[in-house]
Amino acid sequence: MGHTLFEKIWETHAAAQTAGGSTLIAIDRVFLHERTGAAALKRMAEMNRAVRDPARVFAVMDHIVDTRPGRGDGTLMQGGEGFITETRAACRAAGITLFDVNNRDQGIVHVISPEQGIVLPGVTLVAPDSHTCTQGAFGALAWGIGSSEAEHAMVTGTLRLEKPKTMRVTFDGTLQSGVTAKDMILTLIASYGAGGGAGHVVEFAGETVRGFDMEARMTLCNMATEFSAMTGLIAPDTKTYEYLAGRTYAPAYFDDPYWAALKSDEDAEFDQEIVIDAGTIAPMVSWGTSPEHTIPVDGKVPHGPARTHEYTGLDAGVPLAGTPIDVAFIGSCTNSRISDLRRAARLLDGRTIAPSIKKAMVVPGSLSVKRQAEAEGLDKVFLAAGFEWRMSGCSLCFYAGGEGFPEGSRTISSTNRNFEGRQGPGIKTHIASPETVAASALAGAIADPREYMRQEEAAA
Amino acid sequence: MSAFPQPLTGIAAPLDAGALRDNVDTDAIIPSREMRSTGRTGLADGLFAPWRYSDADARIENPDFVLNQPEFRDASILLCGANFGCGSSREHAVWALAEYGIKVVIAESFAPIFYGNCIRNFILPITLERSALTVLTGREITVDLAAQTADCGDATYSFEIDAEAKQMLTEGLDAIDLTLTQAQAITNWTVSDKAARPWVYLEHST
Repeated sequence: MGHTLFEKIWETHAAAQTAGGSTLIAIDRVFLHERTGAAALKRMAEMNRAVRDPARVFAVMDHIVDTRPGRGDGTLMQGGEGFITETRAACRAAGITLFDVNNRDQGIVHVISPEQGIVLPGVTLVAPDSHTCTQGAFGALAWGIGSSEAEHAMVTGTLRLEKPKTMRVTFDGTLQSGVTAKDMILTLIASYGAGGGAGHVVEFAGETVRGFDMEARMTLCNMATEFSAMTGLIAPDTKTYEYLAGRTYAPAYFDDPYWAALKSDEDAEFDQEIVIDAGTIAPMVSWGTSPEHTIPVDGKVPHGPARTHEYTGLDAGVPLAGTPIDVAFIGSCTNSRISDLRRAARLLDGRTIAPSIKKAMVVPGSLSVKRQAEAEGLDKVFLAAGFEWRMSGCSLCFYAGGEGFPEGSRTISSTNRNFEGRQGPGIKTHIASPETVAASALAGAIADPREYMRQEEAAA
Repeated sequence: MSAFPQPLTGIAAPLDAGALRDNVDTDAIIPSREMRSTGRTGLADGLFAPWRYSDADARIENPDFVLNQPEFRDASILLCGANFGCGSSREHAVWALAEYGIKVVIAESFAPIFYGNCIRNFILPITLERSALTVLTGREITVDLAAQTADCGDATYSFEIDAEAKQMLTEGLDAIDLTLTQAQAITNWTVSDKAARPWVYLEHST
């Protein structure tokens, strides 16, 4: 029987077996950020331990760092500056590479790791951040861990692991105009539940996925953690190698035979298989407080837990489209890359957001994305439409204290989590694609981006 | 770090009594705004802040929340639905539970990162069927890790845990110290990997 892509990476990295029956999996790359990484570095120093190979450990300021123009170390979040200054000092002491607050390559960890060529096909990469699965888009085994495990990976160069099961999710068919990778992953989670991937590594496959550029692949893998999977990954191909070749930490050429073998063999067997027809997928919007509470934008709110209806203020049976919103947010490791911004800007170009919107903001995923967007004039499109244009970071994907949305706001957000209070106390979050966020901002209510696509097609 | 107490008897606080909640996320267990330093302490006060307080800033308790009810205030066992601990990888969620005094979390299922974080901090995560959770709700439970049972007097439930996690909890082992006993094997592996995959190793890599 053949091997899956995951099994090949696992076997390559199995450094030793432990007495207790788990495997020491060698870790090729560790990435930290100032919120959970700082805790790992602090404990490491307290325990008088050292990083085994500092050249392969990286850190960035993304979670707490301010995103207002002209930022420094200060944050509106109480105590935020401490995370930044402590992380900086700890990185220096540990000898690891830091992308600091205003480093030209700063950005959200999962946006800059590929930009820098730090993630590579076939490597193992861990970060104390659940969305590390994003980087599986490059054919890496990349997953989120806790701070203690990050310390373990830095000090020993390994993690102690039980081998997970394997799942393949195949998307075939052509997406409708206005439907994206975000809608695909939300469809998967809505269909199989927020715990649907538990215990599994998920390989995304199929013609729809093969047709995607690297940025759409990252969006797809990003929410594997919302599916409770250990991670998601996609077999590398020409697009992967062309994206990475020559980037700062990547090889100039991908000519090692190791890379050529990075795909699941035809006769490989997965513990579970799911096949989805991508052509039937609609733009998806969450209605509740878990990503599994997601429906097509033209659907009606289903029956859910009573407290969820109570929190979101949406009764079963009401149409989701047309629900008035107060806030529009474009950003996060899910949807803040240049292609996301281009697609949202195309919809917003020459239009202005509804006057009822209290706050609308775009937070580019990295300063590199920001520069590119500005070179293309996208910042002007967003500003003219009524959006704020920010420095890069995780921003209001979550509320850390300090800067927030108006109390009780209903937001349409290109982020990944619609948990109760995630974006602030009482904030009701609807997660969706950047297109749907843009269309909804224009309408002042949850709206179907396909309407704008149809108008464009009719005009063309 | 202390080993898991053996056996442990305590009251099982249900989240919530009416119907166990599914998909309780780490933002609910400890919101970002309650993580105010790079340390691992001072977090118990922020545990379940959005639900535990009617005004989190003023720390005014919500009397309906389970841990504010007199019989559950000192609970050492927490009962929840499916996919407990989903969302952010923040280990602060486990540090907050541990600091509060929770030693066992019994749920229908757990999110993977949270589960791993529990083991590293000597909290025992137990997975049981929903029907068992219903029986255990609000009861005094004795958890015997050696025997892998949870007993409430008139019913005993067996649970699974992998051998290594069990040993680490029982003996209070530090995972890093344990792994470093195999440092030579890791070094040997690295030497051969460098020959096989030189591109993994960056400038100044050791």
